[in-house]
Amino acid sequence: MRGFERRLNEFHARGVEVLAISVDSNEESRKLSASQGYTYPFLSDAKAEVISRYGVLHARAGENGRDIARPAEFLVDATGTIRWVNLTDDLRVRARPENALRVIDELTLASAR
Amino acid sequence: MKRNWNAWMWAGFGLTLVAAFSYISLFIWFPITRDIPWVTLLLFIAAGWLLAVGLKRAYGQPERYRGKVSGVILSVLSLAMIGLFCYGTFVLTKDIPPSADAPRAGQHAPEFTLADTGGKPVALSELLKTHKGALLIFYRGYW
Repeated sequence: MRGFERRLNEFHARGVEVLAISVDSNEESRKLSASQGYTYPFLSDAKAEVISRYGVLHARAGENGRDIARPAEFLVDATGTIRWVNLTDDLRVRARPENALRVIDELTLASAR
Repeated sequence: MKRNWNAWMWAGFGLTLVAAFSYISLFIWFPITRDIPWVTLLLFIAAGWLLAVGLKRAYGQPERYRGKVSGVILSVLSLAMIGLFCYGTFVLTKDIPPSADAPRAGQHAPEFTLADTGGKPVALSELLKTHKGALLIFYRGYW
């Protein structure tokens, strides 16, 4: 997520907003953003409803058996269609901003053709 | 005759500690050293080599080098740490559900409205009126 912050202007230059979603409270995310310098929106899905809707629930993986999100990235275009999904099979291996930027550029090129 | 301190073994044990803690505190921040922890594994190999040299000296030349007992203890501790590290990084982090129900590319993104840290509701459909796209990053969180 630090990588996405570092290259946030490149996403914004392409008209793409970056949104982080977890079960964390607004308070928790505020602290995280302040300490890490994140400037993109952090959205709180405390009941994991949206997380479930996107099929990325990791049941009972949090503190005290709480349901949380598994790491996942979705790229949605202006029509609300999902264009790219990244479901890692390893918590240590996350999507890198350059992957997402490349996908955005390829989609833009494809739609311009 | 006073026997020499077996520095190789202690160096090997120390390097094992350095390798494990440098991954957690430093290399984990960079995808290039995190996704495949090659720096850490190389450090472990170097540590194992130092321990092996130390043990060889302790048992091969016990009249010159100390460390028959401490060498075994340090080696076992080092191996346990390496094993724990490998278990943590190669097994535990693979504990993720397959998420077969997740929407795929080409499907409509489920609509949502969630509050940002300022308490302001953010609706996906509203956001997409003014943007060409949105990248949703789901993460485990800190609870």
